[in-house]
Amino acid sequence: MRAKPEGLFRLTALLSVSALALTACGGSGDAGSTDEEPGGTAANGADQLEASGELTVWVDADRADVLADAAGEFEADTGIAVNLVQQDFGEIRDQFVSQVPTGEGPDIAVGAHDWLGVLVTNGVVAPVELGDAAGDFEDVATEAWSYDGQVYGVPYSIENIALLRNADLVDQAPETFDEMIQLGEASGATYPFVVGLDPQAADPYHLYPFQMSYGAPVFGQNEDGSYDPEDLQLGNEGGVEFAEWLAEQGSAGVLNTNIDGDLAQENFNDGTAAFQLTGPWNVPSALEAGINVEVDFIPPAGDQDAPPFAGVQGFFLSAQSENTLAATTFLVDYVGSPEVQTALYEVGGRAPALSESFEAALVDDEIVAGFGEVGAEAVPMPSIPEMGAVWDFWGATQAAIINGDGDPAQLWEQMVEDVAGAIE
Amino acid sequence: MSSDTTTSEPKPQPTRKQTRRQRQAARIIDATSMGWKLILFKIVALGLLCATAVYAALVLFMNERWLIGALVVVGAAALTWIYLQRGALPAKYLAPGLVFLLIFQIFVVLYSGYVAFTNYGTGHNSTKEHAVHAIMLQTQDRVPDSPTYQISVLEESGELLASEDLYFAVSTAEGGALIGAEEQPLEPAEGAVVEDGRVVGVEGYEVLPFAELLNRQQEVTNLVVPISDDPNDGYLRTQDGQRAYQYTSRYEYDESADTMTNTETGEVYRDTGEGAFVNQAGEQLMPGWQINVGMDNFVRAVTEESIRGPLIYVTLWTFAFAFISVATTFILGLFLAMAFNDQRMKSRKYYRLVMILPYAFPGFLSALVWSGMMNQEFGFINNVFFGGAAIPWLTDPWLAKLSILIVNLWLGFPYMFLVCTGALQAIPEELSEAAQVDGAKPFQAFRSIKLPLLLTAIAPLLISSFAFNFNNFNLVYMLTGGGPRDVSAGVNVGSTDILISMVYKVAFVGSQADYGLASAFSILIFIIVGTISVIAFRKTKSFEELN
Repeated sequence: MRAKPEGLFRLTALLSVSALALTACGGSGDAGSTDEEPGGTAANGADQLEASGELTVWVDADRADVLADAAGEFEADTGIAVNLVQQDFGEIRDQFVSQVPTGEGPDIAVGAHDWLGVLVTNGVVAPVELGDAAGDFEDVATEAWSYDGQVYGVPYSIENIALLRNADLVDQAPETFDEMIQLGEASGATYPFVVGLDPQAADPYHLYPFQMSYGAPVFGQNEDGSYDPEDLQLGNEGGVEFAEWLAEQGSAGVLNTNIDGDLAQENFNDGTAAFQLTGPWNVPSALEAGINVEVDFIPPAGDQDAPPFAGVQGFFLSAQSENTLAATTFLVDYVGSPEVQTALYEVGGRAPALSESFEAALVDDEIVAGFGEVGAEAVPMPSIPEMGAVWDFWGATQAAIINGDGDPAQLWEQMVEDVAGAIE
Repeated sequence: MSSDTTTSEPKPQPTRKQTRRQRQAARIIDATSMGWKLILFKIVALGLLCATAVYAALVLFMNERWLIGALVVVGAAALTWIYLQRGALPAKYLAPGLVFLLIFQIFVVLYSGYVAFTNYGTGHNSTKEHAVHAIMLQTQDRVPDSPTYQISVLEESGELLASEDLYFAVSTAEGGALIGAEEQPLEPAEGAVVEDGRVVGVEGYEVLPFAELLNRQQEVTNLVVPISDDPNDGYLRTQDGQRAYQYTSRYEYDESADTMTNTETGEVYRDTGEGAFVNQAGEQLMPGWQINVGMDNFVRAVTEESIRGPLIYVTLWTFAFAFISVATTFILGLFLAMAFNDQRMKSRKYYRLVMILPYAFPGFLSALVWSGMMNQEFGFINNVFFGGAAIPWLTDPWLAKLSILIVNLWLGFPYMFLVCTGALQAIPEELSEAAQVDGAKPFQAFRSIKLPLLLTAIAPLLISSFAFNFNNFNLVYMLTGGGPRDVSAGVNVGSTDILISMVYKVAFVGSQADYGLASAFSILIFIIVGTISVIAFRKTKSFEELN
């Protein structure tokens, strides 16, 4: 009789042990299969026409279906299976960096071009020679995926911000920032213009077009379009002018750090804001709210053009891949094909990187065309690791200037000094 | 289980005069009392465990994961041994827990301990072998304006004499073909058949089909064919087996001397023990590799000016934050517990239920909601309670500190309320009554009788609450993100950053992650928390009294 509870305990203990063993085994089993080399068939390969082996591709949920089609085609053509592993897009960079050295990493992964600095510095990514195909992509896309003279991936979409206009309130695109504010005020909207800012970190990404219009990029560019970390342009005359402009707009209440991204979107969707500076991610909800959305070029605040940053998504290759040949073929000939690029555009709603698909998408959709036209003029967001030092200080200083916490020129110069110090 | 406690039969009295027979009988009874079903289950479960362990170990050994494979074998053997033998009851109870403890706690702790002594971080991510491989891959520059070569990959034909070497064949403008291999520059090939600009056959060679290339892809992609005898012309290399491009290498790795030489400038980069190739000017060639740096990270944590400055400030605030949080939540929790413990209070049950609500929501969610409510211009607090006053709850350095304490009070008091209620109910009412009879005033009675008794029970919880708040990352991260920052200070640390959120910034924010330094900080935090806890436990002696 006393044996019973003890037996029960043993049962649970054993169950938990075996469950543990099973999970442990499951993990190592997976590891085994991804590590498998593509068949050691060099000896009997002559008799065997079908290639064997497997490519592992990390992809986010949105892109997985499109890739599955391309993967099916690839397998039918080459006999190499493509194993798609779904990952959270935001996790891929760090996972890739830590998994590739262990040999558990994929052959190919999806990502954003601004990860390149980290990926290259860690030696986990291999160049992909696009060859003649490079000319088939939009310039900004290949430029973005270049790092230190090498192209590191096959780009598939270009993402950038643009000016959204409520066409029921304002019927013409503004030429300058001041004109935009006038038009917005004349329309009777509560807010002539909104942009989501963080009370502590402002938003250098969204404010960058205005900074560019004062002729103050972050870094100077080399001849081949890559950014030169030695040439910090942030602190040039234009930069200081921009800082003063920020302070002015802050005190006038046009830029308001208490209006964060959600509030900006809410106001635009309610029709209480005439213009919103944002990316394509906020368009669906505005259309759903019944706003008559037009996409315009970003009006410059200074006397130069106001190009935003472009973020370019693409697929890249692992430096430790043992299937380089198959992976490169899959990247260049399949992911780089117009069918796949167009299919990726259809699920993501961002302008495709391949020129042929890009042109088609522009005809296809007014909103995408609006963002695409702005994007074609955009500058790639710097991917060099030194950019990390810039992000650390940039936003906090912008927020301080907009909130009127000190002399704008002085704060800006202090920031440039700190950034320069951190880069060294 | 000892032989005299698990019998289902009437137990034989364990007397000294027990005969050998009796002992034997007891043993048999004990063995059979388990029941054959259980024995069968035990065998099946252990069999499964061993089978999976053997499979896992085989896979691991094939992948040359010797250590992990050996651990799997040893672990499975140990578990089998524990559950197959008679007795060893404590081990049977503890084994599953110990396994999880080893995997999820001990391993993690040891690993971060190990990382603290390395330079692991951005640029020092892997082994030297990988770093060399990556540098060579990343610094092959395509010769400007060079054409794309449509190539075929060939192998010598014939059964016996054929070597395993691969060849590249490219067509020339005149319709001929060039062939070359490793160490064998391109030269005209005889008897070549060219179709559509691609070589489809060469006498004495066999053109490999694409499927075969896929099977030998490492050989193909590693093949480097010099264009000519002049190394400055570069070499052909293919990534997809169909198109080759002309490259020159920016760096040359000399394996015997262990140096990287820049082929353009002739500059030599040496491995000087810093985990990267370094030239004379001290410039590092990235990527580097992971090395053991000894106590460097700890030394840096306390000597480097850019780290030391904020470290002192952040440490002070972390102590203040943890201490004030514990004090405020405890006082409020105790006050409410006493109020709701009073018999005269009506509907106490419902009030108690409401009190526990903040505890029932996920902490990070509450922190996010609070951060919205504390928005300077549009926040609920300013608009509703302060009539639209623009109080910078989260953007003023001191108010942000206050805000974080207020929110932590809201999040933390229900816990204190619960444990105080429990402890108060365990204190017999007679004690207070006796005090009242003796003429003590209610507060006096509370102070000298209830509070000491209460503290005995609660003190360990206060200490653990202190340790928890010391590392209360969620709240800081979600409410203020460590801000507001003093932009004139020149460091990426805000006025509400506590040690753990600072460690997070060192390790994960920005593009220059430094896991080694972050791990060193974690160890320092552990030492601080550990020391304080030990001292506090000694002081209160509450642990012993609890037992």
